[in-house]
Amino acid sequence: MSVRTEEMVLNMGPQHPSTHGVLRLELTLDGEIITKVVPHIGYLHRCFEKHCEVMTYPQIIPYTDRMDYLAAMGNEFGYVIAVEKLLGIQVPERVEYIRVIMAELQRIASHLVAIGTYGADIGAFTPFLYCFRDRERILNLFEITCGARLLYNYIWIGGLSHDLHPDFIRLTKEFIREFKPNLKELNNLLTFNKIFIDRTANVGILPLETAINFGITGPMLRASGLKWDLRKDDTYSVYNKFDFNIPVGDGRMGTVGDSWDRYFVRVLEMEESLKIIEQAIEQIPDGDVTAAIPKRIKPPVGHIYSRVENPRGELGYFIISDGSTSPFRVKVRAPSFVNLQIMDELCRGHLVADVIAILGSVDIVLGEVDR
Amino acid sequence: MIYDFFYNLTGSVIISGTVVALLPLFAFILPFALFAVLLERKVAGHMQDRLGPMRVGYHGILQTVADIIKLIQKEDIIAKDNDKLFFNIAPVLTFAGSYAAFAVIPFSSIFLGADIDLGIFYVIAVTGLVVAGILMAGWASNNKYSLLGAMRSAAQIVSYEIPTILIVLSIVMLTGTMSLYDLSENQTAYFWNWNIFGGPNLDIQKFLLIPFMLIGFIIIYISTLAEVNRTPFDIPEAESELVSGYHTEYSGMKFAMFFLAEYANMFAVSAILVILFFGGYQSPLGYLGNTLNIPWLIPIEQFFWFIFKGIFFVFVQMWLRWTLPRLRVDQLMTASWKYLIPIAFVNLLIIGVISLI
Amino acid sequence: MKQYFNNIFTALVTILVGMKVTLRHLFTPSVTIQYPDVKLPLPERERNRLYVNMDDCIGCDQCARACPVNCIEIETVKSVPGEDLGKTSNGKKKALWVTKFTIDFAKCCYCQLCVFPCPTECIYMTDVYEFSEYDRNNLIYNFSTLTPEERRQKLENLEIYNQEKESKKGVS
Ligand code: SF4
Ligand code: SF4
Repeated sequence: MSVRTEEMVLNMGPQHPSTHGVLRLELTLDGEIITKVVPHIGYLHRCFEKHCEVMTYPQIIPYTDRMDYLAAMGNEFGYVIAVEKLLGIQVPERVEYIRVIMAELQRIASHLVAIGTYGADIGAFTPFLYCFRDRERILNLFEITCGARLLYNYIWIGGLSHDLHPDFIRLTKEFIREFKPNLKELNNLLTFNKIFIDRTANVGILPLETAINFGITGPMLRASGLKWDLRKDDTYSVYNKFDFNIPVGDGRMGTVGDSWDRYFVRVLEMEESLKIIEQAIEQIPDGDVTAAIPKRIKPPVGHIYSRVENPRGELGYFIISDGSTSPFRVKVRAPSFVNLQIMDELCRGHLVADVIAILGSVDIVLGEVDR
Repeated sequence: MIYDFFYNLTGSVIISGTVVALLPLFAFILPFALFAVLLERKVAGHMQDRLGPMRVGYHGILQTVADIIKLIQKEDIIAKDNDKLFFNIAPVLTFAGSYAAFAVIPFSSIFLGADIDLGIFYVIAVTGLVVAGILMAGWASNNKYSLLGAMRSAAQIVSYEIPTILIVLSIVMLTGTMSLYDLSENQTAYFWNWNIFGGPNLDIQKFLLIPFMLIGFIIIYISTLAEVNRTPFDIPEAESELVSGYHTEYSGMKFAMFFLAEYANMFAVSAILVILFFGGYQSPLGYLGNTLNIPWLIPIEQFFWFIFKGIFFVFVQMWLRWTLPRLRVDQLMTASWKYLIPIAFVNLLIIGVISLI
Repeated sequence: MKQYFNNIFTALVTILVGMKVTLRHLFTPSVTIQYPDVKLPLPERERNRLYVNMDDCIGCDQCARACPVNCIEIETVKSVPGEDLGKTSNGKKKALWVTKFTIDFAKCCYCQLCVFPCPTECIYMTDVYEFSEYDRNNLIYNFSTLTPEERRQKLENLEIYNQEKESKKGVS
């Protein structure tokens, strides 16, 4: 005779310390084992796409900042590339270099938040603050360049709002020099800690095939073992001029595609980003960054889909232009939104504590999920 | 002893009993909790390249006082569907459990509530009350997170009591006493006489014992960490999973009671460790009172050393907390049943064999 | 069995390594500052509260049109001939009375889009960032230098002028 057990429904969020914003997860538990996860989204919905239809093209840029607010530069970059393609304009070399530097700095900043909060989810609070300390220095770099720390409105259609600050190159070099040992320290403190490995290795294994079927992109896909990075595979801007690797998950501590791999791919990516920044700083040409900004932005009738590699994955913009100064429709393929749907698949059969570990390794930003 | 002192002074059993019972609370636990909370925040702050509290008083030394005042002022919220009776009893019970342990802890050779022969046994038994309190809190809160936290906590404390007891057993086997006072008295003077260095007898046994005492110490330190729910075993109140576990629903003074119990417990287990392995209240380097021939100085020195050692281990607990991630429930059980208990058993056997030599 | 001891060993070693890191940080100076007492110097391109220098504003409405959240409200009245409004500092002739110029900082997202199109560079970002208020209405800043009476008067002036023109037209 078997004992009758009852399933318990546990609501995690929207106000919960580690749902990374206002996400609600409806967990169905059998004891402490997860049998089903239903993510409920929409608590941060701000009608971004609808708003765009009444904005002029440059006015949309501050709005794109607010999608993935941890990687605002990346969002602007993607949007601007799409509009430039629509307009068919070429931007000066220097602008492209600066954009790449900014996007890579932003990638480091974003990954630092991802890693830090992941540590905090697992229970180690100290690495979180170390990460934020370093992120703060990147934000300082952004601040001297454009005056804002989080939502920049820096990358404009056809150019940039400001040229680099005279101190920028020196400070960036300083940052890179001091950041490298910090990264090593972070690895000592968290990455290779036995408890951390035990919590994350072999948890939430995402096989490559499932990942592709679900449309997962970014570090999550690479952690599952596929070398797929739009910076190399569908190269844009000046990324083809730099020499960098694409780190993939190798299942060093468990199985390929587990949470630890997803975490560690991000750590490795930061190192690669440092490499790109170092090269870009060396090669950066002179030029006028505002020269190519069009006076009136009125793209011809048509549509475009353009994608970039954001810290969280493939960020795509689909823009339909009806020939006026505002777009007819803007649709965003937000990487977090796509990546979040894997939760149910990954969490089944794990414990409640693992939900946190898995959600942290998926690394969502609710601003982008809900838009 | 203190009790006799007050008895002689007042001649009344009730007065002297009450005074002795309340003495650790006011002389020690409250000031200690105030200090330890501040220490925790300062340690956390400085380890994370921050400063910690800085506003109230010089470098924030009055911060916890301000916090306590805030907690007292707070509304005592009891949700509609809580089990009111248990909800109210739980914090008291939890605190009583950790408070009762202080009755037998010898702070110095004269500052000692009661010298019971079964001292260590009593401590282990009485801290079991904490489990009851936590379970009650979790159940009465009528909150799923609280319940999960309480369940985890009960399972955790019960399974980590086993390795603790096994190590305690090996010490008891070696020294032949369960009285905490006798245990401290045995490891008299100079640090090489402490149990961690093989006890006071100077023979081959002492040197054979040292490595096993070290292992024993590490095991008991880990398991006491788990018993007081500190990181890496703070699963019952894992704030990133269970919000804050069994005391999610508590506010105001009741929350403060849990908090106080937690910090009192931290010191209690450190004190037990100090008594078992690090000579209790004995000074590591001899007494100033003996050299200067001032007998009344000795208990004060002893008190100082005891507090110093206790707080050192509390500091290590904090240090660990701000360094390590936390384990998962099943890993917690694995650590206890697969690692600590077998090793503790082997350790017990080896110490037994050595003591026969 | 080997795995078993290996686990114990790596656990202890990595814990000790981590403890070394945190211990070292215990003695490194902190990176935070005590904010209201100590303040960080602001970079020169700082983007904070806007300021409008009304002496230079020609009321061209460009800033309001650039703003993505419509937080600038401008109302202008044409000046009548004979009224001299003076010139802006870069030599542009002013032709409009700016009877209303408000910026709602509760809506403003500090994107700086309004700053660039201004022909006289009279709207710009300042370094004031501590201006929180208890009432949201207090965040609506009024920059217009004209008092309500003056505003009414300007409107009347224009009306009278228009009527005169009308009647002149009618006559001729
Ligand atoms: S900064 Fe941006 S939001 Fe604020 S007034 Fe200027 S254009 Fe509008
Ligand atoms: S753009 Fe400049 S001149 Fe024109 S209305 Fe705005 S502040 Fe005045």
